[in-house]
Amino acid sequence: MTIVISTQGLTRHFGKTVAVAGLTLEIAEGEVFGFLGHNGAGKTTTVRLLNGVLSPTSGGATVFGLDPTADGAKIRARTGVLTETPALDDRLTARATLIYFADMFGVPKTEVHSRVDELLTLFDLEQRGNDKVGGFSKGMRQRLALARTVLHDPQVVFLDEPTSGLDPAAAREVHQMIQRMRQRGRTVFLATHNLAEAERLCDRVVVLAHGRALAVGTISELAARLNRGHRLLVEVDGERAQQVIALLQTAPHVTLVERTRDGNGTDHNGTLLRVHGAAREHVPQLIAMLAAASVPLYRVEPDEPSLEDVYFALEHA
Amino acid sequence: MNWRAIFAIVHKDVTLALRTKAVAMPLLIVPLILMVGLPLLLGTIVILAENVGMTSSDMEEIQRIIPASIQPTLAGLNATQAGLVFALVYMFAPMFLIIPLMVSSVVAADSFAGEKERKTLEALVYTPTTDHELLLAKMLGGWIPGVLVGVGGFVLYTIVVDLVTWRVTGQIFLPNGFWLLLAFWVGPAAAGIGLGVTVLVSARVNTFQEAYQLGSLVVLPVVFLMIGQLSGLVYLSLGLVLALGLLLWILDVLLFLAGAATFRRSELMARLS
Repeated sequence: MTIVISTQGLTRHFGKTVAVAGLTLEIAEGEVFGFLGHNGAGKTTTVRLLNGVLSPTSGGATVFGLDPTADGAKIRARTGVLTETPALDDRLTARATLIYFADMFGVPKTEVHSRVDELLTLFDLEQRGNDKVGGFSKGMRQRLALARTVLHDPQVVFLDEPTSGLDPAAAREVHQMIQRMRQRGRTVFLATHNLAEAERLCDRVVVLAHGRALAVGTISELAARLNRGHRLLVEVDGERAQQVIALLQTAPHVTLVERTRDGNGTDHNGTLLRVHGAAREHVPQLIAMLAAASVPLYRVEPDEPSLEDVYFALEHA
Repeated sequence: MNWRAIFAIVHKDVTLALRTKAVAMPLLIVPLILMVGLPLLLGTIVILAENVGMTSSDMEEIQRIIPASIQPTLAGLNATQAGLVFALVYMFAPMFLIIPLMVSSVVAADSFAGEKERKTLEALVYTPTTDHELLLAKMLGGWIPGVLVGVGGFVLYTIVVDLVTWRVTGQIFLPNGFWLLLAFWVGPAAAGIGLGVTVLVSARVNTFQEAYQLGSLVVLPVVFLMIGQLSGLVYLSLGLVLALGLLLWILDVLLFLAGAATFRRSELMARLS
């Protein structure tokens, strides 16, 4: 496993404000690494520090084994950064924007036009390639900024809120693009508020608050830290719910049974039950028990903590 | 040096500046007024004055203020003709310096402060250019238009002045050594001054207008020079033009070194953070 990004106590202050505080982490080649946190948590500052466009107050980092403060230009030649705002010049056309950045990133001259055409097509902008960016919608700007980010096929891609402003179809395209990059061994550093996106795409995440890393790990590792015990979700016929609660409370391992809502907050008229103390391996036993009592059963599944549960638990801790 | 990236920035900055009304209008109007309008106006006045006739005391007054070193050039001309040639060829000369100064200052303001204003700076700082390459690109992007518009202004002025003096005296006087020095030695140095001052100012302001207004103050010494020349306090001789050029080039180097010492993308981004 090759480590491409490593930080050791990375810290950046702006006056009395601490933007990043003692950040220590390692990111491996080919990993999709999620950077989660609220506004002002230090995500954008970290991206700037890793690309050598800001200097740390203390601590340090290496990217491809290089020091961003001393070798920023060499690092930036191998990274692509999607900034929080698209940072596009309204006076340029989409095509001219990409040609300009192709020159900046040293895309071979003979490949510039074919690469630009390929990206305009990939990001569904081929019909608007010769239009000025000033007339583009927010989603089109974001797609163009994404095309600019991957123009030179960077080894590490930093994406700051990549699906912000995109419609669901375009967001899915971006997710597929990230997965393709991972398959090609590219490293993706994904700074996002979108926990569902992070859960779906990231191999590991760091949860940041006020510049500090609250936790780093895979989502299941972080979930294990919640230590809320085993739980199952059981959906039964509404008229039999009270009987089922009484029955389940007699089962081995079960400590509590309560009515609940599902993950998106839907109230199933009191038919969804959360069973505390029962784990995945107890599912067949519980199903057998309910079937023996002729209870109509719609769903039984382990209730594992989502990234959202982990995130808010860490934030409130 | 990453020359491909440097030329890409220069090309983009210059083409976009010329496409932006707030930038292109002063670049077009000021040289037209100074290099075409003013000599034409003066020529028209002199032609009309010739028709209505000037008094001999007017003529003597004009001849009195012409420095002795210029007198041989004006030999054979009457007082009206000599006054016209003196004004167009020598008296108005400092005015020419306003053009490279102003043009480089306007384009640099658009290029540096404009990037911040349009929020395009962040994409630029993430490119694999070094701080010095970025600074050099931005400086060339301001300096080249300053020099080119200055040379273009000189060509226009030469044509207009020659047309006027041909009509009035039957002779042409431009280009001469004095103006060639001005256009190709002092003008490019003046463009560097406008640029250097604007670059230093732009690092501390956030909008094109602020940078333009503060950067424009560099034309004040030229205005003082013109006033000095009109009042007879200073006279721009060939030697003085050479020395002025040298002084401006030295100032250019100092401004560039100051810019290179202070221009850090990390500082720019820290101000934006």
